Amino acid sequence: MLEVVSVCRNFGGLPALSDVSFSLQRGRVTALIGPNGAGKTTMINCITGVDIPDAGRVDFAGEDITGLPAYRVARLGISRTFQNLKLFPRLSVIDNVLCGLTVQGGQSMLGALLRPPRVRNRERRLRLRAMAALDRFGLTELADWPVDVLAYGDRKRVELARAVVSEPRLILLDEPVAGLNHEETATVAKEIRALRAQGYTLLLVEHDMDLVMRVSDHVVVLDGGRCIAGGTPDEVRRNPLVLEAYLGRTGAMA
Amino acid sequence: MNLRDKSLYFLDLHRNGLTVLALSLLLAVYPLFYGNPYILGLTNLIGIYTIVVLGLNLFIGYAGQISLGHAAFFALGAYGSAVLTVKWGVWPWPAIILVALATAMVALLVGIPALRLHGHYLAMATLGFNIVIYTVLVQWDALTGGPSGFAGIPALSFGAWQFDTDLKLHYLVWTAALICLMLGLNLVRSGVGRGLAALAGDEVAARSLGVDTRRAKVKVFVLSAVLASLAGSLYAHTFGFVSPDTFGIFASVDFVTMVVVGGLGSVWGSLFGAAILTWLPEFIDVFESYKDIIHGLILVLVLLFLPKGLVTGLIDLSRVRLARWRQRRA
Repeated sequence: MLEVVSVCRNFGGLPALSDVSFSLQRGRVTALIGPNGAGKTTMINCITGVDIPDAGRVDFAGEDITGLPAYRVARLGISRTFQNLKLFPRLSVIDNVLCGLTVQGGQSMLGALLRPPRVRNRERRLRLRAMAALDRFGLTELADWPVDVLAYGDRKRVELARAVVSEPRLILLDEPVAGLNHEETATVAKEIRALRAQGYTLLLVEHDMDLVMRVSDHVVVLDGGRCIAGGTPDEVRRNPLVLEAYLGRTGAMA
Repeated sequence: MNLRDKSLYFLDLHRNGLTVLALSLLLAVYPLFYGNPYILGLTNLIGIYTIVVLGLNLFIGYAGQISLGHAAFFALGAYGSAVLTVKWGVWPWPAIILVALATAMVALLVGIPALRLHGHYLAMATLGFNIVIYTVLVQWDALTGGPSGFAGIPALSFGAWQFDTDLKLHYLVWTAALICLMLGLNLVRSGVGRGLAALAGDEVAARSLGVDTRRAKVKVFVLSAVLASLAGSLYAHTFGFVSPDTFGIFASVDFVTMVVVGGLGSVWGSLFGAAILTWLPEFIDVFESYKDIIHGLILVLVLLFLPKGLVTGLIDLSRVRLARWRQRRA
């Protein structure tokens, strides 16, 4: 589905990613983990076109998408959430979710200005889809509320709804449970599993090992910009390199 | 659903259309009660400014950009119509369209490089553009009449029937203003409009949702320039006389003040802002004598305390209050 081939990215000479390769299977949940500063967010940015890799290639569904601008990547059916929420505070909950359907809303300014019946009907259909997405994440009651007043957990769910509403081919979740309490984390885990059951492909970037171990099919471990391990959650959990990255070189340092 | 729910639902579903309808009726009967030509001249000016402010509000309020140069596009419309009809003998109606197209081209040429800039830099670039246009209007005597202005612009007409009184112009100007307001309302309720709002919220997020931000900015800039140009043409044909003073950088700042007072990102706010800032000086002398100081003060105070603009700010504040109150009760 998605193939990352020896991607490198340097920031002022410092390698943030060096020679990272991994691939995502259709219909599976892949987790990208690693300690702080391992290059996880840089990786996501390189995939989505927010950042451009210095070397290497990113293929999506057999198409080379390396260096494509972010809006073109999005139009191919890759959607994402952000680590520190990027909602639009001026808009209501439903309008924020509708923003996830921007691509389906048409590009023609003239069409938008004149609003012929075709556009009117399309708007109505999009609104129904947005309502369905709100319903799925239990946000129906909040549809008309301004996003500013929502609790943090609700806002995270709005962003999730916005990423899912367009039924994308690939969803990238950048730390979906950061800052959430135990119950809320459990809800997100349930939602991720439900998405997988529906056949969605997900890439999960996360610190919360518990969540990663519970929901993912495949785990890729980054450390210091390198890919140090990959495999099923159980394999990764037992991998000495991973333990070292997370817990420090207990043996060697002593 | 009982009858009450049904009618409430109907009102909610068609609230924009019904507001436009109510306003049209109000404006249609208004001259019967206030036929005073002076007042009508003033409301005509409000109608014309509404069109400019609407375009500027889409650019500033919705798309989150800034322009201190929209008086220049207003000027291109006004002088364009004046020169085409008087000097070159083009019919007024096609002239309006030709001028709007030419202004769109200018906006495209200015916008493509300028809109790569953000914040203060964009403000300076658009301000510079306005100064250039103003200087051309003052210096190019042969074409524009220089500092003393351009007189003798013909009235618009259908055959022999001319829009030559304030009353007739009232209907012309407000028909145009209402059509523009409706187009604006359509735009903000569409996918394109939400793309613009996303752009104002966060450019990276907007791009990740599939909005071609650079293109979207240029498009809305051109749209706002075209609206300003149409308003300028109407201005020229309404008053029959244009002079550079109407189109200086302070006029641009006044337009921005109207946007801010009306409310950033509010289509109806454009009408309100244009109306308030055009009416007030007529009633309160202080406004007339110290206009620039007072406009500046309003701008600073509103942006300090209600960064979304006066009307939108107050509405949002009450929405948040209401939501919090409902939250507590639930």
